[in-house]
Amino acid sequence: MTTIISAGTTNEVSERADGADLWLTPAHFAAVTGFTLKPEGFCRGAVCVPVPRGRERQFRHEDKINIAAFANLTERPWVGSESLDTWVLEEPAQARNETLQSLDAPDFELPDLTGRKHRLSDHRGKKVLLASWASW
Amino acid sequence: MWQALYEELRAKGFVVIAVALESRGAEAARPSIENAKPTYPCLIDVDHVVARLYNMVNVPQAVWIDERGRIVRPTETAGVTDGFRKMDPTTYAIPKPELDEMMAARGHYLDAIRDWVTHGAASKYVLDAKDARRRTPRFTAPVARAHATFRLGRHLIVQGRREEGLRALAKAVDLNPDAWTLWRQMADLDVVGKAGGPEFWARVAALGEKRYYAPVVEPAVSG
Repeated sequence: MTTIISAGTTNEVSERADGADLWLTPAHFAAVTGFTLKPEGFCRGAVCVPVPRGRERQFRHEDKINIAAFANLTERPWVGSESLDTWVLEEPAQARNETLQSLDAPDFELPDLTGRKHRLSDHRGKKVLLASWASW
Repeated sequence: MWQALYEELRAKGFVVIAVALESRGAEAARPSIENAKPTYPCLIDVDHVVARLYNMVNVPQAVWIDERGRIVRPTETAGVTDGFRKMDPTTYAIPKPELDEMMAARGHYLDAIRDWVTHGAASKYVLDAKDARRRTPRFTAPVARAHATFRLGRHLIVQGRREEGLRALAKAVDLNPDAWTLWRQMADLDVVGKAGGPEFWARVAALGEKRYYAPVVEPAVSG
């Protein structure tokens, strides 16, 4: 089993990594990335990223999709454990910049000491000082 | 840290959301929170989700968010200075000039928040969109990779693979050495107390002329 942690979700898949390459079924690939491989490229909603001509074999082979090649193509950090059984797929830096540059405060949900969940957006209508600290 | 300010301003539609970047979990943050008796939300962020979303690299850093959920001051140092670097290592005393400077920076920051809460968008501390975007810290490819590597390391530690996890955290530090949140969290997970111990002070000394707390850009809250 291989564990893949991506934006907000953790998926367990049966496929095993070969080096950094991890070939997934289209269903597993879609569950992890939100993207589907179509003739026009890797698509999510109306957005498609074309697969470079002549390099299709690096992305698709025998109905499996290489998530490492996808990550590299779309500039998503793809980081694996030493034993290659646990991976993190991160959003591209550029997408994170665009989110912050929109100046819409990214929402999140976190627990307090009692375990009660709070969302930033629960406080819409107030001015919020969002401040980090730590015990260390 | 924010309780008095919150009680002063809450009736004017102001709230503090304090986020503890604590990969050791709620119990690590509990003594400080129970001691401060805050009436505003104090949240526990074991995966440093907020640091990742807002590109924070140190504590305390803060973001000002208005009633519509818009960022009017992006991530910046929240009223602290490098004065602590002059602390006497045995007595923990800070020389008076640095102490005065630290108190003044904090006072300026709290006054700026008061001004914002009172005057809203008309406050001189509310940045226009262009300035807010310009001041927003940029994610680079290594910074994004550092976040992914941190997440991996923390996951491995939770899974009981402590040594492998700590090695992943060390890689995250290498990718983003300016992020004190990463180094100090790694040190804290390694040995409690290490984040403020001799290795921390050696790292701070190695900064030389570089700042530990990025100074707020002019026109500054602390100016």
